[in-house]
Order: sequence, then C-alpha cells, then structure tokens
Amino acid sequence: MVRALLISATVGGVCGLLSCYMTLKGWALMGDAVSHSVLPGVILAYAIGLPFSVGAFVFGVGSVAMIGFVKQKSRIKEDTVIGLVFTGFFALGLVLVSKTRSNIDLTHILFGNVLGISIADIQQTVLISALVTAVLLLFRRDLLLFCFDPTHARSIGINTGVLHYLLLSVLSLAAVAGLQTVGIILVVAMLVTPGATAYLLTDRFDRMSWLAIGSSIVSSLLGVYTSYWTDSSPAGCIVLVQTGLFVIAFLFAPKHGILRHRFASSMPISRLPD
Amino acid sequence: MTQSELMRIEADQICVDYNGTVALYDASLHLPSGCICGLVGMNGSGKSTLFKALTGFIRPSRGQIRINGSSVSRAQRDQAVAYVPQNEGIDCDFPISVWDVVMMGRYGAMNVLRIPRQSDRVAVRDALERVELLDLRDRPIAALSGGQRKRTFLARAIAQRASVLLLDEPFNGVDVRTEKLMAELFFQLRKEGRTILISTHDLSHVRDFCDLTVLINKTVLAYGETSEVFTPENLSLAFGGLPPDLLTGNSSSEDS
Repeated sequence: MVRALLISATVGGVCGLLSCYMTLKGWALMGDAVSHSVLPGVILAYAIGLPFSVGAFVFGVGSVAMIGFVKQKSRIKEDTVIGLVFTGFFALGLVLVSKTRSNIDLTHILFGNVLGISIADIQQTVLISALVTAVLLLFRRDLLLFCFDPTHARSIGINTGVLHYLLLSVLSLAAVAGLQTVGIILVVAMLVTPGATAYLLTDRFDRMSWLAIGSSIVSSLLGVYTSYWTDSSPAGCIVLVQTGLFVIAFLFAPKHGILRHRFASSMPISRLPD
Repeated sequence: MTQSELMRIEADQICVDYNGTVALYDASLHLPSGCICGLVGMNGSGKSTLFKALTGFIRPSRGQIRINGSSVSRAQRDQAVAYVPQNEGIDCDFPISVWDVVMMGRYGAMNVLRIPRQSDRVAVRDALERVELLDLRDRPIAALSGGQRKRTFLARAIAQRASVLLLDEPFNGVDVRTEKLMAELFFQLRKEGRTILISTHDLSHVRDFCDLTVLINKTVLAYGETSEVFTPENLSLAFGGLPPDLLTGNSSSEDS
C-alpha cells in the first residue's frame, strides 16, 4: 500500500509536469497515440527478457517517427494519421499477447497494477521518472519557447527539430512510467488533465507547473487510497479524482471558470484598453 | 567598411517549392544597412515564404541568401535576424508574462541553460522602455491589447539586438497611438543601422515611411525607391489587375 502510494505519487508528479507542455503544445492526441503504441513493445520485451521500458520506449518513439513519416509523405491529415498508426500498433500488441507464451496479464498492462507492483518495476519507474524530470528541468526554457513560438526559436539558431524529438522521447518515457500506475488506456489522462486543470487556474507558467504537479500528486494519492479501501480499480480512482479536480477548476476557477462569468459579469474586465 | 556599403540582405535568384508547388522563383533582393523596406504583395504571393527563407525555416531549392555577408545559419548563430510575428501567429492565451517573452530574445546569447545574466536583464529593460511597456512587464500576455502585444514582440526583437528585423503585418489591428510609437521606433532603429523589412498589404503605410519597396508575386516584380516602385503599372502587376487608385488608398476610403 505505501509502496503503491509512493510510486503513483512519483509518476503523478512527473506526468503532471509534462502535462503542462502537452496541453500548451496541443499534443494530447499525440500522448494518446504514444501510450497505446507501446503495447507491442512491452510484450516483445517481456518475451525476449528485456526490461519492459526498453521495448516500450522503442515502440513509442517508433510510432511517433512513423506518424511524422506518413504525414510528410502523403496527403493525409495529421489526426487521421495518428488514429491510424496507434490503433495499428495497439492491434499488433493484442495479437502478440495471444501469440506469445508468457505469464503477463494483459489487464495489468491495459489498466495498471499499482497495488501489485514489483521491486524491479519500481526501480525502472523511479529511474525513468528521474530522467524525465531532469530533461524537463534542464531544458524547460527552450521547451517553453518551442511550445510558444517555434519560429523565433528557429530564427535565433535553436534546433527545433531536436527539441521536437526530445519532447516526444520524454513523452514516450512518461507513458511507460504511467503504464505502471494507470495502464495504457488511461495514461493519457495523466498526461493531459493536470495541465488542463492548472491552465484554467493561472496565467503564469511557473505557477501552472506547480499546480499541475500538485493536483496530479494529490489525485494519485487520493485515488490509490480510495481504491485500496473500496477495493476498486486504482487507475479508475486516480483518473476520476483528476477529472473531479478539473471539473472543480472548470466551474470555480477565479478567472477562467464558467461560474465566474455568470455571477461576476459586472466585475471590471482585466483586459485593459491600449 | 562603412555602414552604407554593407549589405544586410542579399538574396540572389532564390527558388522555394513545397512538394512541387512553387512558392517563390527567381527572387532577388539586396537591402543595405539602415533602411526600412516594405514587402508588398497579396496573400499567397510568397511574402511569408521569403521570411521563412530569411529566418532559415526553409531552405531555398536554388539560389543563395547572405545576411551581413554570411550564410543564414551563421546569421542565426549571430542573432542577426529577428522575426516579429503577426498577432494571429501566436497563442495569445499562453501563460507567459511580457518580461519573459522579451527575455526570449536573449536566449540565443545565453548559455545552454538560458540563465539570464545582468546584461540580459538590462537589454530586456531597455527594450521594454523603448516600446513603453516597462510598467506592464509582469502582466501575462493574455491580458494585453493587440497593440501592446505587438509592442511586446517588437521589444523582443530589440532585446535580441538583431541587425535585420522582419515584421509580419505590424500594423494589423493597431491603434493610432501605437502606430505612431512604432513608426518612431522604426526611424530610430534605421538610424542605428538596422534594416527593417515590413511585410504588409497596406500601401498607405508603405508610402508613409518605407525608403524602399519590394513588390512581390511569386517573384520580385519590382524593387527600389518607394516613389519609383509605386507606379500604377507595377501595382496592378502585383495585385493582379485591380485598379491601383483603390489600393493606394488616395482618398483613404474603401469605396472610391
């Protein structure tokens, strides 16, 4: 139980920080694609005895590279390509599960198994989390500029291609970490919801990061705790708490909540004339 | 080399195509230091393509671009080119303050971790003072008016200390006061030897303060002193045969 709480809080914090970039860059769909595409990687890694994160990472980045390739070489629009590629990878994973003789439980991969997590998995997850956090902290200004104004980044000689793939690699790694706690299906919530909640609450990136991390950690702790005592799905509980926090922000956020507009429409507007 | 001899932008017969669609062909352009140049053309005439080529976003399939006498990638490293986007080109709800946006102009001069030094802070402060936004430095850009936002990005270009400024539709949705302030700034920057290239389809602004004009429609149709370029024949060439008196806005009304 304590183990589950600690590991889900760690993953929650990391995914919360990353979710800020995902929401600002508009990469929610990309997060969904990457998380689903790692399935065949996980299965294959288990089958040949590698750490599952290696396989997951290869397939996560591979799916993104394929999306980029198909988009560039054909006339098909990006959202279609994303939908096409990740379902293809996911389907391959399902077939592999039924064809490889292994003792892995598909439901654990799909929906997480944080209460039964092994020591080896914890080590991997902590390592990944540390790596992702380090990258996000070291390059936070460049990544922020990349999300905000890639043209300017390019014109002052910053290699935006490298930043693009850096952020995608980090996304793949975070998806692998999130897979442990909430599973493939719901990991996209970890990568989007905290950022969206925080975005409604503030107009400053620093505060947004802290709010996203905070809300994500709180959701993870509260979710695991609830699931333990009510004997319900931990993944479901974590994401439900996250969604609940989002709804609260959506309704009651001081500046961007919908109720503020309804009841306080007579308040002076902060947008001043020039 | 004196300033007047130095060529800021030299583009020779550049061609750009996107997957076989030609966006720009055989475009040549030479701009000296210390001038304001209007880049005039319709939508889709290749204005933004030319900007992308000058900032190094796309590589011309043929031809050569030199900025301050060296290659575009060298110019990028030297922080020589600043791009000022149009308001539509940026996410106005992005959670970032005026100060942080202008500080982004200094990133290229900082080390890998982008930790601002005192000199960077001075540059940002000076730039904000010049566009009269110092009082609003902590405000998020979501809470700015269109004109203030425009000035924020102009301040970023000034903080970058670039010698070439590319401005995309700088007068779109800007009130008279901001317009005057910006025009004055442009004259100051010209005096400092910077070269300003303004992309616009508003010809009255071009006539008012551009020394040089470039007419563009998939290629450079004409370029030179504004008074010489602004002939009815040239303008109808650039705008596909529309009556030039309507476009020059002589009577400043739309229905003349």
